[in-house]
Amino acid sequence: SSENNNENPKKCIEKILVANRGEIACRIMRTSKRLGIKTVSVYSDADKDSLHVKSSDESIRLGPPPSRLSYLNSSAIIQAALRTGAQAIHPGYGFLSESADFAQRCEAEGITFIGPPASAIRDMGDKSASKRIMGAAGVPLVPGYHGVEQDIDFMKLEADKIGYPLIIKPTHGGGGKGMRIVNCPDDFAESFLAAQREAAASFGVNTILLEKYITQPRHVEVQIFGDKHGNVLHLYERDCSVQRRHQKIIEEAPAPNILPDFRSHLGEAAVAAAKAVGYHNAGTVEFIVDTASNQFYFMEMNTRLQVEHPVTEMIVGQDLVEWQIRVANGEPLPLNQSEVPLSGHAFEARIYAENVPKGFLPAAGILHHYCPVPISPTVRVETGVEQGDTVSMHYDPMIAKLVVWGANRNSALVKMKDCLSKFQVAGLPTNINFLQKLTDHWAFENGLVETHFIENFKKDLFDDPNDSILASEAYYAAKLGATLVAACVCQKEVVASKGGVTDPNGLNSLWYANSPYRVHHLAKHTMELDWDNEYDSSGSRLLKIDLTYQSNGNYFVQVEDSESSGLEVKVLPLGDHNFRIEADGLISDVSIATYSKEHTKHIHIWHGKHHHHFRQLVGIKLSNDDSSPHKPSFETASHPQGTVVAPMAGLVVKVLENEGAKVVEGQPILVLEAMKMEHVVKAPAAGYIRGLQVSNGQQVFDNNVLFTIKD
Amino acid sequence: TSTTTIKSCCNFTVRREFSLLGVLQDGVDKKSDSFQRNSDSMKQILSELQNHINKVLSGGGSDAVRRNKSRNKLLPRERIQHLIDPGSSFLELSQLAGHELYDEALPSGGIITGIGPVHGRLCVFVANDPTVKGGTYYPITVKKHLRAQEIAAQCNLPCLYLVDSGGANLPRQAEVFPDKDNFGRIFYNQAQMSSEGIPQIAIVLGSCTAGGAYIPAMADESVIVKGNGTIFLAGPPLVKAATGEEVSAEDLGGAAMHCTVSGVSDYFAEDELHGLAIGRNIVKNLHMAGKEGMMSEPPSTVSECKEPLYDTNDLRSIAPIDQKQPFDVRSIIACIVDGSEFDEFKKLYGPTLVTGFAKIHGQPVGIIGNNGILFTESALKGAHFIELCAQRNIPLIFLQNITGFMVGSRSEANGIAKAGAKMVMAVSCAKVPKITIIVGGSFGAGNYGMCGRAYSPNFLFLWPTARISVMGGPQAAGVLAQIEKSNKKKKGMEWSSEEEEKFKNKVVEAYEREGSPYYSTARLWDDGIIDPADTRKVLGLCLSASVKSVPEETKYGVFRM
Repeated sequence: SSENNNENPKKCIEKILVANRGEIACRIMRTSKRLGIKTVSVYSDADKDSLHVKSSDESIRLGPPPSRLSYLNSSAIIQAALRTGAQAIHPGYGFLSESADFAQRCEAEGITFIGPPASAIRDMGDKSASKRIMGAAGVPLVPGYHGVEQDIDFMKLEADKIGYPLIIKPTHGGGGKGMRIVNCPDDFAESFLAAQREAAASFGVNTILLEKYITQPRHVEVQIFGDKHGNVLHLYERDCSVQRRHQKIIEEAPAPNILPDFRSHLGEAAVAAAKAVGYHNAGTVEFIVDTASNQFYFMEMNTRLQVEHPVTEMIVGQDLVEWQIRVANGEPLPLNQSEVPLSGHAFEARIYAENVPKGFLPAAGILHHYCPVPISPTVRVETGVEQGDTVSMHYDPMIAKLVVWGANRNSALVKMKDCLSKFQVAGLPTNINFLQKLTDHWAFENGLVETHFIENFKKDLFDDPNDSILASEAYYAAKLGATLVAACVCQKEVVASKGGVTDPNGLNSLWYANSPYRVHHLAKHTMELDWDNEYDSSGSRLLKIDLTYQSNGNYFVQVEDSESSGLEVKVLPLGDHNFRIEADGLISDVSIATYSKEHTKHIHIWHGKHHHHFRQLVGIKLSNDDSSPHKPSFETASHPQGTVVAPMAGLVVKVLENEGAKVVEGQPILVLEAMKMEHVVKAPAAGYIRGLQVSNGQQVFDNNVLFTIKD
Repeated sequence: TSTTTIKSCCNFTVRREFSLLGVLQDGVDKKSDSFQRNSDSMKQILSELQNHINKVLSGGGSDAVRRNKSRNKLLPRERIQHLIDPGSSFLELSQLAGHELYDEALPSGGIITGIGPVHGRLCVFVANDPTVKGGTYYPITVKKHLRAQEIAAQCNLPCLYLVDSGGANLPRQAEVFPDKDNFGRIFYNQAQMSSEGIPQIAIVLGSCTAGGAYIPAMADESVIVKGNGTIFLAGPPLVKAATGEEVSAEDLGGAAMHCTVSGVSDYFAEDELHGLAIGRNIVKNLHMAGKEGMMSEPPSTVSECKEPLYDTNDLRSIAPIDQKQPFDVRSIIACIVDGSEFDEFKKLYGPTLVTGFAKIHGQPVGIIGNNGILFTESALKGAHFIELCAQRNIPLIFLQNITGFMVGSRSEANGIAKAGAKMVMAVSCAKVPKITIIVGGSFGAGNYGMCGRAYSPNFLFLWPTARISVMGGPQAAGVLAQIEKSNKKKKGMEWSSEEEEKFKNKVVEAYEREGSPYYSTARLWDDGIIDPADTRKVLGLCLSASVKSVPEETKYGVFRM
């Protein structure tokens, strides 16, 4: 420990190994570089070409893609640090960041672990133990059972004592994994067993705790920081109430609608909690705020740098990674509590590759187009991916964190909305549209946040697939989108064709004039764009577009339906994807992204606050392989009724029923695990299981047929 | 800059010469009555032309078009649109072929032809229109097909045949089948061009029956579309009649059979768009690099290209509707050449023929335009200038507005026939690209000396003001009336002046009808009628298709001295 190093003082950290991936690895290395510290990254085979590897001075392979063989492989990571001569390891968040064993092994090898002491990690990692300690230190706790006795019958009795609804949680781990809410005594057993299973799979420990379930809670957490000299301070709180699937989606600092008194009580309680475990380095004390009673209770302490730390950085104007390194070097905290500024307001939106209508299921795929908003002193984009990268199913599907700062909450929110409308991702489904709706919602605008926000306002936030008024509004917007797409795509093609001419001023370039020549008529182009109306469940709609090249170089575009009179569009290309368009007297900028997948060309357009995605059938892709000419041109075969397909790529962890078994509607048939979450696949109807094609431990992919239910 | 005012040689207009040598002054007085009159009547003529064009653009009628669509087939112009490079131009030829030629309408002669780029390489397209009489070949259809092949052969352009035809039009077989320039010539041409290394590519998008079957069979590479494309010498009905065999069209000559069993076709297309995409790919894979001089390549010496100083729309107001009114051909040249720069050759000699050097879209050209009757001097000057251009490999552009060579005893004695023959010899033998635009009259031997259709210019287009005949209607009427009068006199018959007038009117009427650009273009005496305002554009496109990187050597016959 630090006191014994007086005779032979440790050298300052000059090289850091970042034992993580993605945006957090990039973010840590950014600060390291600014401080002149060399960086070493580590990678799994899936990440060899990823941004965090490119951003580091040196990089070392850990192993195959699964986390336990790579980013959770502590021996390999420590070996990597020793091999490259890194004096310190920064664990980021997730993976080994809250492994007391890992922290201890680092120190044993003479490597500085940039984080809290192993003892504090251990104390806080066990939720039951942490609550005991906090209770003793006078920090308020939610009523519950945190005992070692884990017998299901005994737990049921304890549950009945606390009352329903209650919440079941694994004692280890975090991030909402394995958590279950139980509304009535009858549901207890099933949820309890599932939570145990998930806890075992995710954290290797299956002990469970029970707690009173607060019906109108807010999730407010306090950023604390301690040094090795016993100083602890807090950097105000963050509100992380808006969650889906028990995972945060949008965070802000400071928490809205909180009085200064309440704020200082929270901060004091957090500092007390940290001091109770001899904490140093960055940590977060999570509280649950009961909005009904205005009480707050200690939830847990996260002994790491959090995903949402940037919102705190934005309001206090500090670099928390720099603080972490300085504290690890043994320096005292750079500020004392009274010197910590509080300026303005910050939001963070987490942009995920996920399928919002399918219940926020994680998505995997290629980022065919990725163009985040430009960064500035008030806009941060924390990302670990680049255009063309694959969001793999091996890891968290977060694409980026969008962080904005404003002088107050309203101005920060205006900026957030603007940035979301300009944040361009194409190739896989994202939650950007959902985030736009969320930030546009009146209750969110008023800061009326709580953890059930999405559930409470689901009518407003999720598209009603049968809303004819919104459906026709959406159709009008899509028609304009399609019109602009047609004009821009044609302009792009003209430019591309022109680019193929060897002599741009010569005779042959005449064939590629701004307006293609036809003898006594105007050149026309027809386009068919397929579009899904989110407010209309009756299937995709085909927009037939007629485009006429005007002799002045403009395009006259008409969408074929009874009420469209057409629009003359002038297009000025601004680089590869961006265009300045003029239509009906309105000049504006739009962005277009196109990519092909199988037999379909995907075209995305961002115009105004709209983002439209169109599909265009481009026929059969020409391949050199002519061996299968008799295959149908397009995949038209849909699955017969009763077929159950995998909702996402993942691993089959448990097959609950056998082939031929008689099942009732909604009966769980098998359990898939993906992104460390369990998903129960249920029977869509009563009947017999036929064609069960999967077994335990099998990898399945999105839309693979799992089984069929037949009468 | 100092400017001087001189009278132009032909007293057409007063022009100021710029101190910058060779820049043509705008000879058009936009405020003049004649400008306005010409402009108004051209507007009317063009709108009449547009009406005719609009009719043929809609193909063989709405029912046939609907039927075509229901079979998932595109119209021929749409097919071409999918084949040429996105956003590129297409020079369609002879849109009004077959116009009022038969009792029944035959829009565009039932076949669409033209030139367009595929992956940057210019190709000739020949696309049957299945909505017009089932795409069958009328005599004019054959002629238009052969003309497209002629252009391809002359300009070394790959041919893309978009086949969708029932073959020869049976009721007209006698005019379609047996003669030299009939149906069989199509395949002869395919063989000849293939032997010269000019790619022959067929895309079978519909039926391809009987003789038509040889189009893909003779092609270097052929594509066939599943379901719609069939190739057979005899269709199922004829097979049943001949042998009693009952077989479906698809089994008899469908894509699967021809691609897997017979080998008549090389590429299997799932649908039309796929077939057209394969067609594009075939052109992409043509390796013409080894064939020096085979394909039109941009000339290496192209300088930067200036637009003309004057609005090309002025061209619509230059040619007078009254053919007797002369106009200065330089006012046309001023609107079509780069920077309106025209370096005139032998300006003061034989001034009824204007000759000189200019550039069009950077390509050097020699321009020969009529400014009146051809005299001995003008014909000699023309022959001289053609020799110059052939020597220097400069393409020639003829702007025809010619009533003929000068007649009369003095002219004959001067040897005008000899002088004219020199010009005809030079035109016939000069091995440089030649493009003719008939902007006004095209009469008699003037048509020959100024590179009429018989002299195989690479392209020949008409302005709507063009008139083509062996002589003017009134002149012909006068000649014929005199012969008739003397015949009657021999027989002792009276011919009242009223009857004579009637006789003359009949001849004038016939000449009027047969001299009209519609009559010409319907019969493919030209490659189409163009809007005068498009002249520069069309010339540029034609030059791009015609100019070869390696010149051909010109050899003349015996010039009568």
